[in-house]
Amino acid sequence: MASQETIRHVEPAKASFINDPKVRGIITQVVAVVALTLFVWWIVDNTIENLRRANIASGFGFLNGRAGFDVGQNLIQYSSDSTFSRALLVGLLNTLLVAVTGIITASIIGFLIGIGRLSNNWLIRKLATVYVEVFRNIPPLLVIFFLYLGVLSVLPLPRDSISLLDTVFLNSRGFYFPRFLWGDGSWLILAGLIIGIVIAFFVYRWARARQMQTGQQFPVLWTSLALIIGLPLLAFFIRGMPLTLEYPQLSTFNLNGGFQIKPEFIALYLALSVYTASFIAEIVRAGILGVARGQTEAANSLGLRSGPTLRLVVIPQALRIIIPPLTSQYLNLTKNSSLAVAIGYADLVAIGGTILNQTGQSIEIVAIWMVVYLSISLATSAFMNWFNAKMALVER
Amino acid sequence: MKNGLKILLGVSVVALAAPAASAATLDDVKAKGFVQCGVNTGLAGFASPNDKGEWSGFDVDYCKALSAAIFGDATKVKYTPTTAKERFTALQSGEVDVLIRNTTWTISRDTALGFNFTGVNYYDGQGFMINAKKLQGINSALQLSGASVCVQTGTTTELNLADYFKANKMEYNPVVFEKLEEVNAAYDSGRCDVYTTDQSGLYAIRLTLSAPDDHVVLPEIISKEPLGPAVRQGDDQWFDVVKWVHYALLTTEELGITQANVEEMKNSDNPEIKRVLGMEADTKLGTDLGLGNDWVVNIVKGVGNYGEIFERNIGASSPLKIARGINAQWSKGGLQYAPPIR
Repeated sequence: MASQETIRHVEPAKASFINDPKVRGIITQVVAVVALTLFVWWIVDNTIENLRRANIASGFGFLNGRAGFDVGQNLIQYSSDSTFSRALLVGLLNTLLVAVTGIITASIIGFLIGIGRLSNNWLIRKLATVYVEVFRNIPPLLVIFFLYLGVLSVLPLPRDSISLLDTVFLNSRGFYFPRFLWGDGSWLILAGLIIGIVIAFFVYRWARARQMQTGQQFPVLWTSLALIIGLPLLAFFIRGMPLTLEYPQLSTFNLNGGFQIKPEFIALYLALSVYTASFIAEIVRAGILGVARGQTEAANSLGLRSGPTLRLVVIPQALRIIIPPLTSQYLNLTKNSSLAVAIGYADLVAIGGTILNQTGQSIEIVAIWMVVYLSISLATSAFMNWFNAKMALVER
Repeated sequence: MKNGLKILLGVSVVALAAPAASAATLDDVKAKGFVQCGVNTGLAGFASPNDKGEWSGFDVDYCKALSAAIFGDATKVKYTPTTAKERFTALQSGEVDVLIRNTTWTISRDTALGFNFTGVNYYDGQGFMINAKKLQGINSALQLSGASVCVQTGTTTELNLADYFKANKMEYNPVVFEKLEEVNAAYDSGRCDVYTTDQSGLYAIRLTLSAPDDHVVLPEIISKEPLGPAVRQGDDQWFDVVKWVHYALLTTEELGITQANVEEMKNSDNPEIKRVLGMEADTKLGTDLGLGNDWVVNIVKGVGNYGEIFERNIGASSPLKIARGINAQWSKGGLQYAPPIR
């Protein structure tokens, strides 16, 4: 006969402390952090010890030293008496200038070429394809060299400059045009311009709200143009025409006076724009092809021609697909601007290289480069992520 | 996981306890079997490769002299071409054993960069070159206000240029490149009016331009540029070796020992010649330096004396045709003076 077995309530066997998954997780993480810290400390200690043994100076104090060299392009006041840190600032501003102008131009060209590749016109389609295939497959340095050496070899010397009505000059030393000299009271013109822009912005918002409510359109573009150009012009005449033009004049070696854009900047700006535009064109094409075909058909059935369809229906939806890879291309352009040293444009890498050579403190300069480029890249991606979030489709 | 942790701890302990590597470059070079020499990427007369990739030049011959002194064979050299920007990092990091690359001896390079200069193998100065055909009437550097000047980055040239124009209250537009080839191309294409570098370099570069006779070197010398080999600090024996190879080259020229007559000079009765060539009985001069006692004989057999190196590469037998000038021996009114080998 089956004996009555008392079923004792048995506690589940307690897992040993070290086999508990949570505990193991914590131990592994602590060990990893300690190992990483040890590794980093070892590297830094080795570096400092090696530098001390080789009698190479270290530390960031050298940044206050006198630079001693001149820079060809500077957006802020700089001379050979300025400090090394000011020289680096000049280089940083030059990098940002070429990066920002390059990004804007590359986006415009890229969008046009990308849309061109999807055109119904056979010639435009083929030209756009050729453009993309050519510039995507050439290293950026070669494009820069080609534009710099190719452009330079075609342009004449200063005394034989190509000129338009003797006011705008183009020669191998740069692109010269007249500069405004601000006389007394010319601040009113600037004020007029700012007021014009602000009023135009508010007119735009008011016109949109009015169109949403009543459906009536308002000629926003012409009104804005009138405000932005008309108000400063009004201020100009009220104050008795305080602006004068300074024309470039030929002297022994170069043209003096006026506003000069150096050929190094032109070559780098054009090369970066044209090279990155070929990548942006493909991204734009991918974005447009990614919008469902039904959207285009629906827009066409409503009577919208292909232009407005593209502008009002397809591109806003395609932007969701376009913006993330576009961020990468913008960062690529910013980093490719460091190739400037090959053609003598004084960007951050070029000036940092000169300082590195004069002071011998390579590690500090490379650290500065890394931090600066990382900051620029993070700022750009943060902005683009905000823009992406703004463009995201809000689903109900 | 436990084994991995043990291995990691073991590696860290061993690595942290590793003794500091001693800076005995001569022993490293002898073990390697060749000298790693940092030279210019391509400066005619000083260091340039021919179309077969063989290097020749004034600085290259110094590298060969060093190799002859250590190994008895002038061909045991490997050349690392370096631009003006990367030459110092190459020497600091140990990528090259010695930097013989027409480098100016200055205080900041001696101290902040951690180098020792082993002597001056060429006394030079900075000058300017212009295209006389396109810029007529310019015959002095003081007329160059407003000019565009091509210069290489990271050199004493760049700093001297800024100082000179500032001291004379003149303006200029610097056009700065990293590589020598880019500077040459920009000057040749007319991007800048003036080219500035050491005068020996100006003569060398003029030969490579598209129309050498159109270009003129202006008479002003605006700085002192004592060019010489450099080694890392902290290695006195290697410093002595490189230094005394230079002085051996000068001494043999003084004594009239040439590549052609060194064998018969070994049998000379002149006590000084016997001592320099290591023929004195029980001599220790070579071994004290860490080399063989026939080190001077090997140097002269390999490359000749200082005068022969000069003539062959940058003097009368070369396209540059630079006069000895201040690089003549002290006995002939120049600045080259070697301490005695005794």
